[in-house]
Amino acid sequence: MSTVNKSIMAYFTTSVGKKQIMALTGLALSGFLLTHLLGNFLILVGADAFNMYAHTLTSNKLIYVAEAGLALIFLTHLGLAFNLTVENKKARPQSYYTKVRTGRGATLASVSMIYTGLVILGFLVSHLMHFKFGPVYYVEMNGTQVRDIYRVVIDYFADPLQAGWYVLAMITMAFHLGHGFQSTFQSFGFNHNKYSPLIKKLGITYAILVSAGFAGLSVWGYLQSSN
Amino acid sequence: MNDKLMTLNLKIWRQKSAKHKGRMQDYKLSGVSPDMSFLEMVDLLNEQLVRQGDDPVAFDHDCREGICGMCSMMINGEAHGPSALTTTCQLHMRHFHDGDSIVIEPFRAKAFPVIKDLMVDRSAFDKVIQAGGFVSVNTGNPQDANNIPISKENADLAMDAAACIGCGACVASCPNASAMLFVSAKISQLALLPQGQVEAKARAESMVQKMDEVGFGNCSNHAECEASCPKGIDLSNIARMNREYFKAKFS
Repeated sequence: MSTVNKSIMAYFTTSVGKKQIMALTGLALSGFLLTHLLGNFLILVGADAFNMYAHTLTSNKLIYVAEAGLALIFLTHLGLAFNLTVENKKARPQSYYTKVRTGRGATLASVSMIYTGLVILGFLVSHLMHFKFGPVYYVEMNGTQVRDIYRVVIDYFADPLQAGWYVLAMITMAFHLGHGFQSTFQSFGFNHNKYSPLIKKLGITYAILVSAGFAGLSVWGYLQSSN
Repeated sequence: MNDKLMTLNLKIWRQKSAKHKGRMQDYKLSGVSPDMSFLEMVDLLNEQLVRQGDDPVAFDHDCREGICGMCSMMINGEAHGPSALTTTCQLHMRHFHDGDSIVIEPFRAKAFPVIKDLMVDRSAFDKVIQAGGFVSVNTGNPQDANNIPISKENADLAMDAAACIGCGACVASCPNASAMLFVSAKISQLALLPQGQVEAKARAESMVQKMDEVGFGNCSNHAECEASCPKGIDLSNIARMNREYFKAKFS
């Protein structure tokens, strides 16, 4: 291996390199969330629009490439999170008898990233099980058989417990995004007296809007069935 | 006068040596004047312990003027105690009240092993400095003072970064025991000046590598370091280090 390659490989194992990969994968996942949410809003237009959207998306061969890429990004983010947590634990083998947060630095969101992350992981598994790999019904549209994913969604959220779990998971995600989004900029070296506070606000707004969007759709789904 | 003196309930970490297991021990200390510094309060306790024939509490201290970086201590769960921008030696007992309980512990990190009681070995910082916290120059007659033009802005930023006294409060307060505020200040004070830019890439790489090697944790942008720093080292230094490191690797 050439020296240059070795030096670049070393990037992936240092603390600064790892935090930047964490940031990059996190930002990519945040971007995915936004597109996912915007697509989901089609459910408000109606069953046909939503089913057609889902059909168009999943019948494109490129979807496999996109899914593999997304899985790789997610697993990298996840793997690094565990690796960093273990390393950080090892960096302080003896914990403090008393330790308080100064109130000027760490936040509930920042200290709970691994826990909120674990909730998101659990959520993702249940989400994929119930929707992507969930029940398959067909409906005919313009002479072709397409999956009636609309029905799967409405059926699922008819259960208030399941709708409630989604709302809780989204609140948890808001905390995760709230620290993650702004953190990305710091990790890549963007820190500015004037713009950093704005980025912080933008990140929190983004976290609340995206999470509220998904949670709102879950509540909407529940209301559809109770009507 | 005497009615102003305080009695405190202290809970202090006692540990005979690096090899011994330590534990928290309770002490009752009376006659504490609000005008004493925190270290003078511990001195008072030690005088009492010596009179009783007990082993005094070992702690680091040197200038007692807030500039040497020797004093440490986690006081009630905060590095250098509850006052912002204050070293332990500059913290005064008037910030406490009669009857208060005060928990005193050493800075804790794998890279800062306890030597005895409240003293920790912070030579891991020296190792990071040795890895690249310097500039290589040919010695000789000093140059004319204004030979190398430096913008006021960069001169100020470099000076701000150079205010770091290397006390280790950033490591102690970081939930991950990361040393990035210290290392980034040392990288910044040189990277901002023309004299330091020559070796900027190699410096960023080797100091980051050494920082990881000696066992500090990873930064996850909590900013507890900045909040606990007695010298007000800014978080933007860590951002600069992240940039410098990225540049070193990919340009």
